[in-house]
Amino acid sequence: MSASFTIDGKAVPFAEGQTIIQAALAAGVYIPHLCHHPEFKPHGSCKLCTVRISGRQSASCTTLAQAGMAVESDTPALNDERRTLTQMLFVEGNHFCPSCEKSGNCKLQATAYDLGMMTAHFDHFFPSRPVDASHPDVLLDFNRCILCSLCVRASRDVDGKNAFALSGRGIKTHLIVNAKSGRLADTDVTLQDKAVRVCPVGVFLRKDRGFNVPIGRRVFDLKPVSAYVDATAALAKE
Amino acid sequence: MSAIPDPVAAAVAATVARHRQDPHYILQMLREIQEACDWIAPEAIDRLQQALGLPRTKVEGVAGFYSFLYTKPRGRYRVLFSDNITDRMLGNMELLRRMCEQLWIERGKTSEDGLVSVDTTSCTGMCDQGPALLVNNYAITRVDAPRVDAICELIRAQVELAAWPREYFRVDDQVRRKDVLLGAALAPGEALAAGCARGAEALLAELKLSKLRGRGGAGFSTGLKWEACRNAAGSEHYVVCNADEGEPGTFKDRVLLSAHADLVFEGMSLCALALGARRGMLYLRGEYRYMLDQLNAVLERRRQAGLLGIGILGREGFDFDIEIHLGAGAYICGEESALIESLEGKRGTPRNRPPFPVTHGYLDQPTVVNNVETFAASCLVALRGGAWYAGIGTSASAGTKILSVSGDCARPGLYEYPYGVSVSEVLAACGAVDVQAVQVSGPSGVCLAAGEFGRRIAFEDIPTAGAFMVFDQRRDMFAVARNFVHFFAHESCGFCTPCRVGTSLLRNLMDKLNNGHGSPYDFAEIEKLNRILQAMSHCGLGHSACNPVLDTIAKFRPAYERRLQQKEFEPAFDLDWALEPARQMTGRDDAGAHIGSVEKS
Amino acid sequence: MDTVVKKKLKVATTSLAGCFGCHMSFLDIDERLFDLLELIAFDRTPLTDIKELGECDIGIIEGGLCNAENVHVLREFRRQCKLLIAIGACAINGGLPAQRNQLSLALILEEVYHTSVGLANGLIPNDPELPLPLAKVRPLHEVVRIDYFIPGCPPSADAIWKALNDILAGHAPALGHGLIHYD
Ligand SMILES: Cc1cc2nc3c(=O)[nH]c(=O)nc-3n(C[C@H](O)[C@H](O)[C@H](O)COP(=O)(O)O)c2cc1C
Ligand code: SF4
Ligand code: SF4
Ligand code: SF4
Ligand code: FES
Repeated sequence: MSASFTIDGKAVPFAEGQTIIQAALAAGVYIPHLCHHPEFKPHGSCKLCTVRISGRQSASCTTLAQAGMAVESDTPALNDERRTLTQMLFVEGNHFCPSCEKSGNCKLQATAYDLGMMTAHFDHFFPSRPVDASHPDVLLDFNRCILCSLCVRASRDVDGKNAFALSGRGIKTHLIVNAKSGRLADTDVTLQDKAVRVCPVGVFLRKDRGFNVPIGRRVFDLKPVSAYVDATAALAKE
Repeated sequence: MSAIPDPVAAAVAATVARHRQDPHYILQMLREIQEACDWIAPEAIDRLQQALGLPRTKVEGVAGFYSFLYTKPRGRYRVLFSDNITDRMLGNMELLRRMCEQLWIERGKTSEDGLVSVDTTSCTGMCDQGPALLVNNYAITRVDAPRVDAICELIRAQVELAAWPREYFRVDDQVRRKDVLLGAALAPGEALAAGCARGAEALLAELKLSKLRGRGGAGFSTGLKWEACRNAAGSEHYVVCNADEGEPGTFKDRVLLSAHADLVFEGMSLCALALGARRGMLYLRGEYRYMLDQLNAVLERRRQAGLLGIGILGREGFDFDIEIHLGAGAYICGEESALIESLEGKRGTPRNRPPFPVTHGYLDQPTVVNNVETFAASCLVALRGGAWYAGIGTSASAGTKILSVSGDCARPGLYEYPYGVSVSEVLAACGAVDVQAVQVSGPSGVCLAAGEFGRRIAFEDIPTAGAFMVFDQRRDMFAVARNFVHFFAHESCGFCTPCRVGTSLLRNLMDKLNNGHGSPYDFAEIEKLNRILQAMSHCGLGHSACNPVLDTIAKFRPAYERRLQQKEFEPAFDLDWALEPARQMTGRDDAGAHIGSVEKS
Repeated sequence: MDTVVKKKLKVATTSLAGCFGCHMSFLDIDERLFDLLELIAFDRTPLTDIKELGECDIGIIEGGLCNAENVHVLREFRRQCKLLIAIGACAINGGLPAQRNQLSLALILEEVYHTSVGLANGLIPNDPELPLPLAKVRPLHEVVRIDYFIPGCPPSADAIWKALNDILAGHAPALGHGLIHYD
């Protein structure tokens, strides 16, 4: 018998070296997450996946599963705190969903729906952030970046291009592209790049595919994010 | 198009050569380019990137992280006023305004002629001789109005920094109480020879026996740390000395390095002996730039004396050397895994732990990271033995602790005491009267009110990294907490959501209260943010960012209640002021062009 | 069954910097409006002719805060209503009008009245009758306390119906999948 631990009382098997969230998602147990992506190494920045283990909270995407551990995840207290995190992400950027092509396929939005976020609650920062339309195939709208580093990791580890990075510090942290001009057009990024396709929110948009799938029939219109065993895979098909 | 200015090319070539084209030294290279050229121009990034074969994103990502690296011109003279609460209490803001007025510039903006900029920076570690400032990262202490005026003259006359009066740059040690560590007048090599005579195994045994615990804050057993690292498999083992000393109010590592550098390097060498390490690095905070040359001179002297280098003390196979890395204005780089990232030439983002540095540290190899004071204390153990050391202090806290005392007291400076000393004893020694509160261990530490001064400095009661800031009855403890919250918001590395956004939200709320817009509603908000920061943050910075607020709310509630002037919720901004741009554009000033703070019913 | 005739709850609504889309969606609850009218009576709303806002149980506000007039109306609602509900994206996060927040107001007024050819003979209107614009468009909750939020642009009639029923039943609205939308 393989080793197992429990999430909210449900037994979850795991293999040596698996993180809690990897084991959970493999077992069909949903834990909210934004910066975690099954194809990438653990990162741990969004903190949406925070769970409670023996009274201590930690990110389930960076914590290794251990036999016998009792993990609490779907509790009102944790979901309250996770909702607060989504609210922080909403006020930190400029998220105007009605005009966002990602709406319905956006993990941030879907996660916030699932957590019952009715308002961003905090005072909005209304930061001044650019849009980069220079590239022939890809639009970059930095207003929606949640700094999850997935594009950074994909470009570095999969595309081998290092086309993206985070710069700045603290609340001034921001995404940069690999060009002196700062323009995406002056990088070697192409539509085929993994980096262009991993963004959980609506920063990277393909110029050739505006509103292909109508609102109402998108990934998270069909089912809430928590009902997908692998939302990432469902989004990749889009 | 202007031609690429030659100095940039020369500066880049020189620094790249100095660091043997090793991309791990990119932070040092950027810092040196900035020193040579006053800022890091896009052309400099081009050249650096090409010379190192790195993507531009990598260079810009690092350059953007550190406060002291500028990718926009910031003037030939870059003045940064230290903005710890102790500087505030000594009137730094008034002095800053004075300087800005005299130089005709706005705080944070570069003068139009590109000559000068004036801004604030986090505590520069000169709290006992403040108010302090940095000019091009060189520390100036005891700033007062005449000194501000003189500095403005020097800047206007474009006098080179090297020709400024040396007196301005005088930094005193101000050791007020010595005990076994500050009083130990060891000859260079004495402790190392004793350590060598014992041998690595016995040294570790003595260290464990001594019950020496880390002095940087976390208080982990030094003997166990060294042993775990020694036992960890790796191609190399590394010794890292944490001299980032960024916790506001802390300045004891500065004095240890200026007056007892040999002791610190010797402790690192003992560690190398125990681990079998060949390389050591001391990460010196950028604010202590002025010490770099003198520390390098000490290292050189030690090499000459056979205390560093190949075959130390004539022992075959004991090869160890130390290099100094300079930080560039990032408190988070004091966190050991962020420090290692920074040493590797990266953004100072704390790693996921486990694995811990003892198994996966610098370049993923086993690494010991210890505080300056910890290394220094290890020399005493090597020399006098563990049992002797364990006999000092209390049973759970062996040895002595150096406190950096500042704030409202007659005699600020360093006080070394055996663990177990009471807060009131320290207060009496430093000549503090009418004390309202003491902030022990800096903003991430604890705020003690008068009833608690009988408590003791010790791991089992009040652990501390060394800061001891005194506030007398005149002080507004809300202002203290607000200053600390600004510090955390400025220093958050931005990696994780709760701290990146939460510290800014907390800062905004404290400002809201400060500006008279606070209501009980905002109070509840602060408490909610405190919970999130504590429970969800990635590292110690976020976990402790709410400490000053929680403590002062609990102990000095009236200071907050005074601020809750509104019964009902109010906006954080001034509504009437929000109409000002429109008033200016339309030239209106009638009643309808204003919004009262409270509407008449 | 409870035979006592309950006093109807008084409800007022208004649109600030909004497009009336939320009001239209509200009317889309169709015949359910009659069920609702069993429980509530309208005070000042664009749906009635009542101009003065009286004391109310519930105020429903669409649109964010663009100008001084919006602020006055919102404050009046906060004073008169026991419960305030922000409805729609504009009320909750500023919505489309808040897209101007990236630019300074001075720049916008310059651009509209000075630079581009048009209506105002190059003069920025300064008639005291006109409300002055705020430096930034603000969501309602940044200026007064808001009790409940119904997101959507606009929220669907079903979402509004569900939210109002929840609120009338005395608990926070919970919309659930399909009803909760930000677009
Ligand atoms: C935000 C943060 C800042 C820190 N800053 C310092 C510092 O400036 N100096 C220091 O020695 N330790 C600092 N630490 C503690 C280090 O992570 C680490 O525990 C210490 O260097 C270990 O050395 P020690 O065992 O000798 O105390 C900091 C920790 C955190 C979380
Ligand atoms: S990225 Fe997601 S949350 Fe942000 S505006 Fe687009 S759909 Fe909305
Ligand atoms: S652009 Fe998208 S993928 Fe990249 S960091 Fe921002 S949110 Fe993450
Ligand atoms: S808690 Fe703050 S400093 Fe620590 S990783 Fe998170 S953002 Fe960075
Ligand atoms: S998914 Fe774990 S921190 Fe982002």
